[in-house]
Amino acid sequence: MTGLSLNKRAAILSFILLIAGLLIWEAAIPAQKAVGELTEYEILTGAGVPKAGVPPPSEVLVKAWEQLSNPFYDAGPNDKGIGIQIGYSIYRVLTGYALAAFVAIPLGFLIGMSPVAYKALNPFIQVLRPISPLAWMPLALFIIQDSEASAIFVIFICSIWPMLINTAFGVAGVRADWVNVARTHELNPLKTAFTVILPAAAPTIVTGMRISIGIAWLVIVAAEMLVGGTGIGYYVWNEWNNLDLTSVIFSILMIGVVGMLLDALFGLLQRRVAYVE
Amino acid sequence: MKPYLSIENLTQRFPDGKGGELTVFENATFGVEKGEFVVILGHSGCGKSTIMNILAGLAEPTSGAVVMDGQEVKGPSLDRGVVFQNYSLLPWLSTLKNVTFGVAARHPEWTKAEVIAHSTKYLAMVGLEGDVIHRKPSQLSGGMRQRVSIARAFANHPKLLLLDEPFGALDALTRGTIQDELLKIWGGTEQTVFMITHDIDEAILLADRILLMTNGPFARVAESVEITIPRPRSRTEIIEHPNYYAIRNHLVQFLGKRSKELSGQPMDSGATNRPAPIRIDKTEPTPDPEDLRPGLRAVVNS
Ligand SMILES: Nc1ncnc2c1ncn2[C@@H]1O[C@H](COP(=O)(O)OP(=O)(O)OP(=O)(O)O)[C@@H](O)[C@H]1O
Ligand SMILES: [Mg+2]
Repeated sequence: MTGLSLNKRAAILSFILLIAGLLIWEAAIPAQKAVGELTEYEILTGAGVPKAGVPPPSEVLVKAWEQLSNPFYDAGPNDKGIGIQIGYSIYRVLTGYALAAFVAIPLGFLIGMSPVAYKALNPFIQVLRPISPLAWMPLALFIIQDSEASAIFVIFICSIWPMLINTAFGVAGVRADWVNVARTHELNPLKTAFTVILPAAAPTIVTGMRISIGIAWLVIVAAEMLVGGTGIGYYVWNEWNNLDLTSVIFSILMIGVVGMLLDALFGLLQRRVAYVE
Repeated sequence: MKPYLSIENLTQRFPDGKGGELTVFENATFGVEKGEFVVILGHSGCGKSTIMNILAGLAEPTSGAVVMDGQEVKGPSLDRGVVFQNYSLLPWLSTLKNVTFGVAARHPEWTKAEVIAHSTKYLAMVGLEGDVIHRKPSQLSGGMRQRVSIARAFANHPKLLLLDEPFGALDALTRGTIQDELLKIWGGTEQTVFMITHDIDEAILLADRILLMTNGPFARVAESVEITIPRPRSRTEIIEHPNYYAIRNHLVQFLGKRSKELSGQPMDSGATNRPAPIRIDKTEPTPDPEDLRPGLRAVVNS
């Protein structure tokens, strides 16, 4: 065997795959002919006008360098740095998400602790949960009358379900033995909730939170394409309208990177609250 | 005059999963005196843990009552400390925190340092010292976990200590040490101990009185055997005592044969199920007049 660790070998393989992928992509794009080489016919039919083709990775890299070296410039409503756009999106996601957590976790506790609450609320949850968050958009726009708040509402409504359901499930599944320990030590209900039930259910709750943040990040792009103005979703759409595919590809990559970072953050939290029985 | 802990006509039925009912025990009635060390012996599944959960206030009996110190037991209390059969440690807390959890609940007025000092002392008493106490329960052996659970209960000095097979997972050596610690803690206080075990020798070593249960369903606490061996007892010396083998044989006989023979019959409804008091004493040729209560003695001459 090689002396390299598994991680190192995997990293080398990833790097090779990346380079190979980029090279194939680069080679697959037909080079645009320089103007001097065009035939008369081509000039007449307009083929010489730089066509909006899929750009090669080299162009995307140049774009990325350009954008990332000055991410926060602001030159009017249609020309803001990628950092500002992502900042708007993250702000919306976190606001809607925090509101959802604020509602879902206590409500999930209640549902998990009380079979009556579970039975009473379950039909509502079952009907509301499968609704695509974007289906709420027109109603939200009409009622709230504000595109910013509507986008936040859509994030709220899509992140609430995984957190609610996982919290209820986690709380209901706390082992009776552990609750009995709290009972024999005469802990009051609030203390029991915080020192026994919350840590016991935390891994399940955080899993729900992790799923929610993933969904919220998926939904914000679509929501911003609809409401417009600012945000990474709007940016993608706007660059598409400008036929600037280099920027489109670059922003798609940025959406992926930010989503990965958000997920990693919750992965970290998940590791912090995990325990072995 | 009621005993300190009085179990009155306790009946427990569970749904048997086939639409019917399973009667674990019916109208069980017995008492435990203050400061007494009582051990209950019986085969697996006869309902010992069920009785203990009711004594702890964690479960409600189908009917009947438990009265402690003149007060009916309704729900759990810090006065009744429990060592659970499956340890019931909180897996997200370190060993030390599992104990401080209990101590802080018992003494909310203590400072953090006092709580830690007290907890560390009791962990050391069960042989857990140094780095070990900062490990999580999942990183401990079964016996170590059991000791943490014991330390948690002992550290709180409950009036009634309920122990559900507390030494089951321990090796003989550790078991001996902790039995001695238990006797030391119990001897120095007014504590009452109610303990479940499967180990006859352990029962004789520790108990003032052994309650014998027949097999379930319709299990009965059939006999209450007084351990007529003076304290302090030591493992090596009690076997020399003339009463030791007489008592031991009686217990073995019961568990081996009579627990089966006596089991399974539903009692006449409403009849109270009291254990028969048994006193085996070969050291007293002329019984002490005080102990001569007719009908309360069965002298076994074997
Ligand atoms: N919640 C429950 N629902 C239904 N049946 C139960 C329940 N708890 C206990 N039982 C039944 O009651 C009987 C007594 O159980 P218990 O746990 O008290 O036995 P035990 O004497 O402690 O046995 P062991 O020595 O194996 O611990 C068993 O037959 C068990 O199946
Ligand atoms: Mg048991």
